[in-house]
Amino acid sequence: MISAHPGALPGHGVQRNLEVCKLVDTTTCIGCKACEVACVEWNDMPFSPTTFDNTYQTMPETRWNFWNLIKFNEHQKEDGTIQWLMRKDQCMHCADPGCLAACPADGAIVKYSNGIVDFNQENCIGCEFCVSGCPFNIPRFNPETKRVYKCTLCSDRVGEGLEPACIKACPTGCLKFGTKDDMKFIAEERAKQLRENFGMEKAGVYDPQSVGGTHVIYVLHDATDPERYGGLPKNPEIPWSYTVWKWLFKPVLGTFALFGLLGVCLHYVTAGPRRTQPEPPRKGERHG
Amino acid sequence: MASAVERFDDKARETFESVGQTTVYQGELLRHPVYTRVLHWMVALFFFLALFTGFGIYLPWLFRWFTPIFGGGQLLRAMHPWFGLGFVVFFALQTLNWLKPMAWTPADTNWMRHMKEMVSSQAKMEPPDTPFFNAGQKIQFWEIVGGSIAYLITGIIMWAGARTFGRIPVAISYVIHDISALIMLGGIFIHIYESTFGQPGTFQAMTRGAVSEAWAWTFHPAWYKDITGRDPVQACEAARRKMTAGNKS
Repeated sequence: MISAHPGALPGHGVQRNLEVCKLVDTTTCIGCKACEVACVEWNDMPFSPTTFDNTYQTMPETRWNFWNLIKFNEHQKEDGTIQWLMRKDQCMHCADPGCLAACPADGAIVKYSNGIVDFNQENCIGCEFCVSGCPFNIPRFNPETKRVYKCTLCSDRVGEGLEPACIKACPTGCLKFGTKDDMKFIAEERAKQLRENFGMEKAGVYDPQSVGGTHVIYVLHDATDPERYGGLPKNPEIPWSYTVWKWLFKPVLGTFALFGLLGVCLHYVTAGPRRTQPEPPRKGERHG
Repeated sequence: MASAVERFDDKARETFESVGQTTVYQGELLRHPVYTRVLHWMVALFFFLALFTGFGIYLPWLFRWFTPIFGGGQLLRAMHPWFGLGFVVFFALQTLNWLKPMAWTPADTNWMRHMKEMVSSQAKMEPPDTPFFNAGQKIQFWEIVGGSIAYLITGIIMWAGARTFGRIPVAISYVIHDISALIMLGGIFIHIYESTFGQPGTFQAMTRGAVSEAWAWTFHPAWYKDITGRDPVQACEAARRKMTAGNKS
């Protein structure tokens, strides 16, 4: 804030909390995998062996030490021609993260105010419930450290005002990084361009509202069928049992079980124990 | 099938009896042989190991002070399924061992009608037809049988994980596993209370293996009659007369 007033101003320190977003334009990805290398480099990951399965894909799916993978898919169009789909697969940084809903360990999964969902491994107990909570199949368990890992959206870089490593490495500009509002605007404009100028009537933006929107969004040639892009779920869902159980039944029923302890204590001081018969005569009681 | 189980149990009892022993003094009855006692305490050991490691997974923030005993949250989580497996295996053996005395009979239905008097400690003695185990014990036993099956199935699903069984089965298993654990947690308080403070004289049945005759005619009259051939009520009255006479002199 700039003012001629010398002291602290009303509203001093107020700032906008911007939500960050990664935009992946699948229509301009050339599958160069520079983002994969940049991710491994920046996060100081060890060498990860690749798997050749007759495609250009580096490995079948992401690993605990390989968070960013370009998925290659051949799609046969209605006219018989082949379309080559490349999608950058990584954590989607959901606004309502399923991993967080499932996680029992406080502080192991954190959602920052800028929208980044991060794993704090020092609090992770390795129960792998987040794996079942995630609709995008992202968290990966490392059996050696017994903890779970995934893309951090380069939270360490973003906190310093830098773009994520993958964005910096992208040579085609298919990856963009900025505020959620800006990226959503650019994505929608790009999808409109594809529909109007490139004959892709079904082009659209992937920002699934069933998880409250994501902080990684895609521009797709055909937004009506995201599944063909290496299993991007059309309607990602979080099992409701996690939400209900964790926030309602878990504390309530846990307390209930403790009532068992309270119950037997109260029984002892009120009803009292049952003794083997015959008991000795009670005080003041006469026998025979 | 049934006879194979019996042969197995007989052999096990025989083997354990040759290793350990049960001293029954005068005025006492043999309640639980060595095999039953060893199984009981193995079940108890694994139950509490699984329970305490389970606490660390159920509410990590509440049990953070406690997880280092098991080598930290990750190791605790890794050991929990093995402890659970130990519990299920030993309880399965106990189930085979107790199939017969735990079978539900009309006497148990009768016991349930008088449960209120016994819970309120008004009834001095259990109904005369109460056998080796009463209906309350049988309910808890069969609850644990059902709960163990639930533990085993849901536990294996969670152990193998969402990447083997799919997301939804794991999400459902988690809830069922926890509910089963909470029922048993509530039950264990009652079990420990009834076997110690709630009914003095009971605990030695699972330690030394012998109980007093007075304990037997009070809490399991039909069993007392089976073993001694004497009538529990008359035996109790005889003891009362003796006690009163002793007080007078």
